[in-house]
Amino acid sequence: MKLEMKDSPGQLVSVIQPISEIGGNILSVIHERDPAVKSDVLDVQILCEIPEGSLESLLARFKERGVNVLRIGEERLLVRRSVILIGHLIHTDISDTIDKIDSTGFAEVHALSMIMPAINEPSSTKMTIKSDSLANINRALDILRNVARQKEFLIIEPLEDV
Amino acid sequence: MRIAMLGLGSVGKGIARAIQGEDLGFTLTAVADSKSGRIEPSGIDIASMLEQKERTGMCGNRGVGPAAILASDAYDILIEVSPTNAETGEPALGYIREALSRGKSVVTSNKGPIALDFQSLHRLAKEEGVYLRYEATVCGAIPIIHTIESGLAGNTITKLHGVFNGTCNYILTRMAEEGLSYQQALLEARELGYAEADPTYDVKGIDAAIKLVILANAVWGMEKTLEDVEITGIDGVTTAAIALAEEQELTIRLIGEIIPAENILRVSPRILSKSHPLVVEATLNAVAIDTEMAGEITLIGKGAGSLETASAVISDLIFIRDCHGRRS
Repeated sequence: MKLEMKDSPGQLVSVIQPISEIGGNILSVIHERDPAVKSDVLDVQILCEIPEGSLESLLARFKERGVNVLRIGEERLLVRRSVILIGHLIHTDISDTIDKIDSTGFAEVHALSMIMPAINEPSSTKMTIKSDSLANINRALDILRNVARQKEFLIIEPLEDV
Repeated sequence: MRIAMLGLGSVGKGIARAIQGEDLGFTLTAVADSKSGRIEPSGIDIASMLEQKERTGMCGNRGVGPAAILASDAYDILIEVSPTNAETGEPALGYIREALSRGKSVVTSNKGPIALDFQSLHRLAKEEGVYLRYEATVCGAIPIIHTIESGLAGNTITKLHGVFNGTCNYILTRMAEEGLSYQQALLEARELGYAEADPTYDVKGIDAAIKLVILANAVWGMEKTLEDVEITGIDGVTTAAIALAEEQELTIRLIGEIIPAENILRVSPRILSKSHPLVVEATLNAVAIDTEMAGEITLIGKGAGSLETASAVISDLIFIRDCHGRRS
């Protein structure tokens, strides 16, 4: 979104704080000051992820702080699910496992963290998948369940949306 | 009302003491352990019977067994608390069937018969106009059956899920708290008496699955067996997996769930937020009941133990006593 605010010290905080208050995550901030322009307002472009349904409350908070919203870009729904896989993930071609999700076009592996205790012992991996809808996340999880069955991983799924 | 009891282990002893200690309106008229038994239609002196059991290992005479007790007309309610057999349900299944067909109500803590043959036992009890109660078979002291049948009467139950096995919960809790390996945590559970010498039933998720079968058949009138449950145990869960979950304030618990609309009967290790109501510590059990009107109700309590099981049996006895009064 593109925002406009007064050019005085500490104003950037009034943009950042509301986003963190609603549990959002800032991906990038573009804040360019052109010395040639002698204006007392400042333009800021911000890219952020916020919890579903919280946009209205974010806009209200901006307004309270005197921040003008010039333009809101495309609002895209983002759904994430983390599962834990236990098994021989590396020896069963980890890139193939990731590719099974990434090649779908509707979901992708967003993060991976792995603990390998010892050679020949099963590794434990937390895999986060993201997609633009709940239905697509569930399709991706179905694919992952099949892969887990074939490659003999234990798959631990979330009970709820975590 | 007159009570006959089959089984005098720690649960049976706890029940006998409760009957003796409080004026609940029950008289123990017959009792059998694995070696002996006694029938005294005028009422057994519980203190001296327990003292004899302590001293000799036998509660009565060798010649008196379950068959003689069941055939006697010295009781109105049979309490069946003998050791469970998950494969055949016997001999308890036979005892329960016989008592019901003789027109006696039955209270049991025995999972085997209830999981294997619930619908036919239930029908038999109905035909005979007597009660079959089994609160103690699921989640020990937690009054899950009473809550669903009485407390939430009129509600449609849309889903049940929870922690149904204290042994698994203890192992997972210890792996998370202390970073113990699965084997170390299992060993500790055994030393504390929370796990059997052969822990297969618990750690493979079979015990939790048996409880799901009982609930599915009792709450929704399904005709499920153990084969209908999708089961994954906790024996493959690594300490590293729990550590990965903990990085995000999450943890892992063995969860049993029944969702009739989706035909789901499943036991599996799952990732939950640490603040989730089902994330209970040590050997506790927890069940969340989803209903149409009342929303979600979560019950937490001790899932095993002799006094806890005795509590569930006593509550069933009192239920029958009160219903009996109304009926006659």
